[in-house]
Amino acid sequence: MIVIVDYNAGNIKSIQNMLKRIGIKSIIATNSEQIANAEKLILPGVGHFDYGMKNLKMMGLIDMLNQKVLVEKIPLLGICLGAQMIGNKSEEGLESGLGWIDMDIIRFKKEMMFDGFKIPHMSWNEITIQKSSKLLEGLSNESRFYFVHSYHMQTKNSEDILTNSFYGYDFTSSVEKGNIYGVQFHPEKSHKYGMKVLENFSKI
Amino acid sequence: MKRVRIIPVLTLDNEKLVKTIKFNHPNYIGDPINAVKIFNEKEVDELVLLDITATKNKREPNYFKIEEIASEAFMPFAYGGGIHNLNQIEKLFKLGIEKVILNSALDKNLDLITSASNVFGSQSIVVSVDVKLNIFNKYSAYTNYGSKKVKENLNSYLAKIERAGAGELFINSINRDGTYLGYDYQLISSLTSQISIPIVVCGGASKAQDFLKAIQSGASAAAAGSLFIYTGKTKGILINYPSQETLLKEVYEKL
Repeated sequence: MIVIVDYNAGNIKSIQNMLKRIGIKSIIATNSEQIANAEKLILPGVGHFDYGMKNLKMMGLIDMLNQKVLVEKIPLLGICLGAQMIGNKSEEGLESGLGWIDMDIIRFKKEMMFDGFKIPHMSWNEITIQKSSKLLEGLSNESRFYFVHSYHMQTKNSEDILTNSFYGYDFTSSVEKGNIYGVQFHPEKSHKYGMKVLENFSKI
Repeated sequence: MKRVRIIPVLTLDNEKLVKTIKFNHPNYIGDPINAVKIFNEKEVDELVLLDITATKNKREPNYFKIEEIASEAFMPFAYGGGIHNLNQIEKLFKLGIEKVILNSALDKNLDLITSASNVFGSQSIVVSVDVKLNIFNKYSAYTNYGSKKVKENLNSYLAKIERAGAGELFINSINRDGTYLGYDYQLISSLTSQISIPIVVCGGASKAQDFLKAIQSGASAAAAGSLFIYTGKTKGILINYPSQETLLKEVYEKL
């Protein structure tokens, strides 16, 4: 069973709608006990980095998430803020991230972008796949996804990069390390491409 | 090459899909769910749904219908109409929409923009401004679906909206609505030179080249109603959207 972590900072309903459309069962978890039984986890998220991390802490979910992801090594998919929180820290706030993948979250570097690239990056964009992955089976560099973000992931180790995308410059649009996946884009709002990502994830 | 959002706009009279010309003469189109299903198949970039009679008839947003539509919308989905407070906004987000669009609630003050973007993040708070050009060639903003003029000068009204924390502006030209005359490029250029948040323009689109011109004039995204609802000169109802090939060739690759 896929468990979607609801820590009050994400559009859970859209993810559920899409999973339902492709016939995948999911449940929503708001406490550790519900996460304990998960076979797979989705960590969604929209909003401020500190708000998200504080909510995870306040709801007492972090120990159980660490247990499931780092010890039991079940597949986890972070989406948008949920992907960013997998990192060490963010320029958006002061809180520490989950630290599962060695990366920092940085603000789009305005000085490296020419005119016409406004922040936030709010549009559809393509991906450049950096390594083969079960998550992207059946998808290609022509697949497009919906993004809305002002900060992006920057990994310490290039082998953790799953895809890059171009917005003023190349930035990391998804990461993968072992059982941990993070996508900056919103698969739940990306038509058949996003459906494919969620379907692939359900089969990992 | 740069992708920009090309956005169909559906206007609702409660549960009915309608289309106006210059914000008048609503023409009944059909059931919004069917239109959304077709827009799904056509893989549209984003969808805007505006209930244009909610405020006028003092109705709440039609949550039941919105939830039904949201469950069929596998693309970013924005809703406006009858939104006046934070509770309504929270309820709408829980139904599965991505953005709310504010307009008439800003009549008295702009505080709702600030409080909403503080709670939900500015990227999810869109302010729609309906603009009319009068016979003296002067632009003014309107609320209440074009029936109430904002006394303040357009530029300072927009500057205040931006300062209040809106994430995006949705500029609808009342004069161009349903006319197929092309966007008001002069208006777009003048606004985008002084506003730094993304501006979505709507009103007058008749072909893919109009999207390109709107973006080249400074808009971040281009929206249209009639163009995606009617076909040809006879204006038969046919939900449509350009193919990716057309958009690539006519718009993205030229940016």
